[in-house]
Amino acid sequence: MAIAEDTVKTGPLRESIGMPRLHKVIFLVLLGLALLLPYGVYPVFAMKVMCFALFAYAFNLLLGFGGLLSFGHAAYFGGASYVAAHAAKVWGLTPELSILAGTVAAALLGLVIGALSIRRQGIYFAMVTLAFAQMVYFFALQVPFTGGEDGIQSVPRGDLFGLISLRSNMALYYFVLAITFGGILLIYRIVHSPFGQVLKAIRENEPRAISLGYQVNRYKLIVFTLSAALAGLAGATKSQVFQLASLTDVHWAMSGEVVLMTLLGGMGTVFGPIVGAAVIVTMQNYLATFGAWVTVIQGAIFVISVLLFREGIVGVISKWLKRPL
Amino acid sequence: MFELLGVPPQVLMGQLLLGLINGSFYAVLSLGLAVIFGLLNIINFAHGAQYMMGAFAAWMLLTYVGVGYWPALIVAPLVVGAIGIVLERLMLARLYHLDHLYGLLLTFGLALIIQGLFRNYYGISGLPYQIPASLSGGYNLGFMFLPTYRGWVVVASVIVCFATWFIIEKTKLGAYLRAATENPVLVGAFGINVPRMITLTYGFGVALAGFAGVLAAPIYSVNPNMGADLIIVVFAVVVIGGMGSIMGAILTGYGLGLVEGLTRVFYPEGSAVVIFVIMAIVLLFRPEGLFGRAG
Repeated sequence: MAIAEDTVKTGPLRESIGMPRLHKVIFLVLLGLALLLPYGVYPVFAMKVMCFALFAYAFNLLLGFGGLLSFGHAAYFGGASYVAAHAAKVWGLTPELSILAGTVAAALLGLVIGALSIRRQGIYFAMVTLAFAQMVYFFALQVPFTGGEDGIQSVPRGDLFGLISLRSNMALYYFVLAITFGGILLIYRIVHSPFGQVLKAIRENEPRAISLGYQVNRYKLIVFTLSAALAGLAGATKSQVFQLASLTDVHWAMSGEVVLMTLLGGMGTVFGPIVGAAVIVTMQNYLATFGAWVTVIQGAIFVISVLLFREGIVGVISKWLKRPL
Repeated sequence: MFELLGVPPQVLMGQLLLGLINGSFYAVLSLGLAVIFGLLNIINFAHGAQYMMGAFAAWMLLTYVGVGYWPALIVAPLVVGAIGIVLERLMLARLYHLDHLYGLLLTFGLALIIQGLFRNYYGISGLPYQIPASLSGGYNLGFMFLPTYRGWVVVASVIVCFATWFIIEKTKLGAYLRAATENPVLVGAFGINVPRMITLTYGFGVALAGFAGVLAAPIYSVNPNMGADLIIVVFAVVVIGGMGSIMGAILTGYGLGLVEGLTRVFYPEGSAVVIFVIMAIVLLFRPEGLFGRAG
């Protein structure tokens, strides 16, 4: 370990281990586009895309790099959105503190559920996470502070750090952009850190990682908690954007949606979840009037992706360009 | 009459019966999941949707064709099972060489499609299905009133569960099945058509879900979402029991139904989550499940 780190700091390897130039260029282009986006499309829609992009990105950290399929990520997304909405509305906290409160709550929830769930692998892991998320859903349905079927409505947007008003959509947009971009770069950094390399080793061959002396369960728990916290960050931010926390965000359908976004964009790719989230949210937006057909179409995308298109959109492009994206 | 912990016996017995009925559905559904998992190694996420299709098949047979409950009890599971066989041949069969999680994702997509289609055509308000005349009414057992149909649900589910257990554990066909679960390549080498066996097993598991759906039709209103939440509870049941044993799946199903009924008497607020809490406790102390094999 020590030797490898020294080489990284001083040797010629450093360039190849840092962010590849292609990724840098794409991130800069995305940032440039995102800065101009609210002049082209409705800012609330753009913010919705960004919240889901961060959500899917956090989910991909767990699935794409940790190899763990959680079918209950709505619990952290929606749970955090309730806590953040409650903090802003009832406790009167500023937006950044409300979002922080939601994120911390999601991290704690992820820590507890993760510690139990990683005791089973594969298919059982997926079922356990789904069942726990359903428990969170019932909890949200019954406890008084979530407002049951109504949810927490008209959450005030407030002033950032108590100074900058976020009541206009434009101001809020750049705040959300900063959170999303910061979150995504953080996850990128985690994936490309030594910790991320161990995660990939566990994903590829768990018994071997154990035999090499890694505390596999500790790594899994850490990545689960991180993923839950960042999914929570996305959900908490969404509650500030829509000024609403509702049962939709904790429902199992939401857990399915984030799986779909990641699968469609490309599991384990760098840009896949962003693309997947953008496609799915845009589709929902345009098909909103078709009611239950949206569910049918989402199901069809699932089936097609699994049968014919397992690399996802970005995975296919990446294979085409012969570069990891 | 005596009172137990301040609860009148009628209330207690009523809730226990309700629990036993829920348990019947848990048992039949988790049994189907276990049968499918045993041979195909996938979790059939569409199981809830197929249960709903069973109920709708019974309703459609009655409404459009005028076929009553008793024939529907046979025909509806066959129809749903046949649809399952088509899905297995067209889609699932292409995924066996991949990670098992893809099977889960595919069947989840199928569940969304099926539920979405039924929602489009039938809405979510639910359609009534009459209890058949031969099973209406009830018996006064002295300590409680037993509606005949509810008693029938318990009896029918026990019969189906026992028959399935018997086929798998005690017959030659079941022996082939268990052998193929252990080592499909070797069983194939002995001249058994394993792919066909896999297809029929999936069809059988799906038919079990359809059968449960027909049983449920007169009790719960027939609606497109009836399976969606139920299947998540059944997943928890399956995690608690472990899918290694057929009898384990059955016993866990009935047992958890009863526990849920008891919870509804003594702590109603907890009844929706008690199964998930038990799942957490089981994961803590016996992660492989009550009847599961370690490893």
